[in-house]
Amino acid sequence: MNKVFERPAALTDVATHYCPGCTYGIAHRMIAEALDGLQLTGRAVGIASVGCTVLAYDYLECDFQQAAHGRAPAVATGVKRARPDSIVFTIQGDGDLAAIGTAEIVHAAARGENITVFFLNNTIYGMTGGQMAPTTLVGQRSTTSPAGRDASRAGRPIKVSEMLATLDGPAYIERVAMDKPANIARAGRAIRKALANQAAGLGFSLVEILSACPTNWGMTPKEAIARLTSEVVPYFPLGVYRDITAERGQASQNGGEQA
Amino acid sequence: MLVADKVLMKGNEALAEAAIRAGCRFYAGYPITPQNEVPEYMSGHMFAAGGQFIQAESEIAAINMLYGAGGAGIRVMTSSSSPGISLKQEGISYLAGAEVPAVIVNMARGGPGLGGIQPAQSDYFQATKGGGHGDYRLLVLAPESVQEMVDLVDLAFDRADHYRTPVMLLGDAIVGQIMEPVALPEPVDPAALPAKPWATTGTGGTRRKNIINSLYLNPDHLEQHNLRLQAKYAVMDAAERRWTSYQVDDAETVVVAYGSMARIARRAVDMARAAGVKVGIVRPISLWPFPAEGFAASALPVAKRFLAVEMSHGQMVEDVRLAINCRLPVHFFGRAGGVVPTPDEVLAAINRVSGDALQVGHLPAHTDGMLGGDAHE
Repeated sequence: MNKVFERPAALTDVATHYCPGCTYGIAHRMIAEALDGLQLTGRAVGIASVGCTVLAYDYLECDFQQAAHGRAPAVATGVKRARPDSIVFTIQGDGDLAAIGTAEIVHAAARGENITVFFLNNTIYGMTGGQMAPTTLVGQRSTTSPAGRDASRAGRPIKVSEMLATLDGPAYIERVAMDKPANIARAGRAIRKALANQAAGLGFSLVEILSACPTNWGMTPKEAIARLTSEVVPYFPLGVYRDITAERGQASQNGGEQA
Repeated sequence: MLVADKVLMKGNEALAEAAIRAGCRFYAGYPITPQNEVPEYMSGHMFAAGGQFIQAESEIAAINMLYGAGGAGIRVMTSSSSPGISLKQEGISYLAGAEVPAVIVNMARGGPGLGGIQPAQSDYFQATKGGGHGDYRLLVLAPESVQEMVDLVDLAFDRADHYRTPVMLLGDAIVGQIMEPVALPEPVDPAALPAKPWATTGTGGTRRKNIINSLYLNPDHLEQHNLRLQAKYAVMDAAERRWTSYQVDDAETVVVAYGSMARIARRAVDMARAAGVKVGIVRPISLWPFPAEGFAASALPVAKRFLAVEMSHGQMVEDVRLAINCRLPVHFFGRAGGVVPTPDEVLAAINRVSGDALQVGHLPAHTDGMLGGDAHE
């Protein structure tokens, strides 16, 4: 009998600490599948960040460095420059990447560092207990916006993919969502492309992965997935924001192409 | 060394060249006076050496780039000056915690805050007593000349690799900006350096994964990690103490000074000697570990008092007192904020503590610092 489904070799046989209904585990699995599928696992060096993704080094079977909060793109830059043959990727949440690490992600993108960034956006600080993130939607309740995010006091969410796509440095930026099978399959293809780009030397690639956080959204897993579709995806439109990998040097910005 | 073997170089440029010759193949930094010649030199020479130079978006990014590249197993360096070194403290703590070798250079300037751009030694506490969070130590080396800086760069890379720890070179605007004849070492071939089997180079499918990490959520595991670090620091404390002494055999007054301050103080010692004052100098080269042996009674047989001379308000004084168990008075003279003491000022302080020994000897130790105030009235 042929085996049709198994744990990717790059995914460790360890129970993750992720909450029930969290979609981060699926993202990890797809990263592992892509590394194996592209035969890059032995060259891979992951950069874990601070937040829910901090223990990524326990879940993926490749070399890892754990970075200070927000600094993963700088650490990845150092690894890649030191070992150009390695495949260097970061896994960062939205607090890490879009708040404390804003300078590092902008400048790694501007330099066109040949690294891959997996940006897990669940619109909230998860590990620290549900505080408002730079990506928290207006009106969304959190432990530091108990009445809902008030735009007059706390501003409006940062759209990272759109912002970074204004730079000339990045090769590929796509936003995907973990809300339905078709979108998850699309996310898997984006993850694979972002790693393949690096192997081909095409430059900075970022995949923003909209994710559900039932625990800190105060929802059941099913409700959280529904909210991802009904509230989060409309504010953060899915699609390819930048892709110069098909015709190198010829920028084609398809901002906001709907999935 | 023949003069013909030497070249005339600015301190910052000699430092950069020495680092490349020591096998450094990654430099990241951010512009700040008075160390800008280091990144400038690196930008022009590192690529030709087969290495990488990055002008980072901040000192914070630069130190984290070092973490990545150092963790990937190559020799790495950054340089900055006081306010920039403050920004690097988080990253230095991570380097220490994750045991990543790196060399960090501080061409110190006056503080606090934005301070000024002139020479100062007011980062002594930050360098020797922590700086960042957590229980960690840095090996801190303080060169007094361009030649010694070149020599210590080599040692810094070697010790960083040996102990898997960040090492700080604590200079100041004088040793960074001065031009002096210097003999440069033969280049090291990075490929000939000892292997780093712990580095994140990719498993190649042939070994278990390597993880560079300082996170231990289990307190027992974190305590074990800390105990291991402490054991390492104890070895460093015993093995890495460095100092020199000058004219101390019959010295009743012993000046203590490090870095460029020591050169000025040595001139004052010579002037005092010419006038018959029995004075010598102990110059710590390693600031951590502090070279207590240099202050032992056997090393300073007739010492009656110490005079710490610093370009700060006396940050080293407490280490001198600890080194001698407070058995003799420790006086202080210093200028700060970028004001460099002249030999005449130091001489006046030497004469004051030596000639008026009975008068100052009875003062409680904590008032000794007032001598500095007296001396520049």
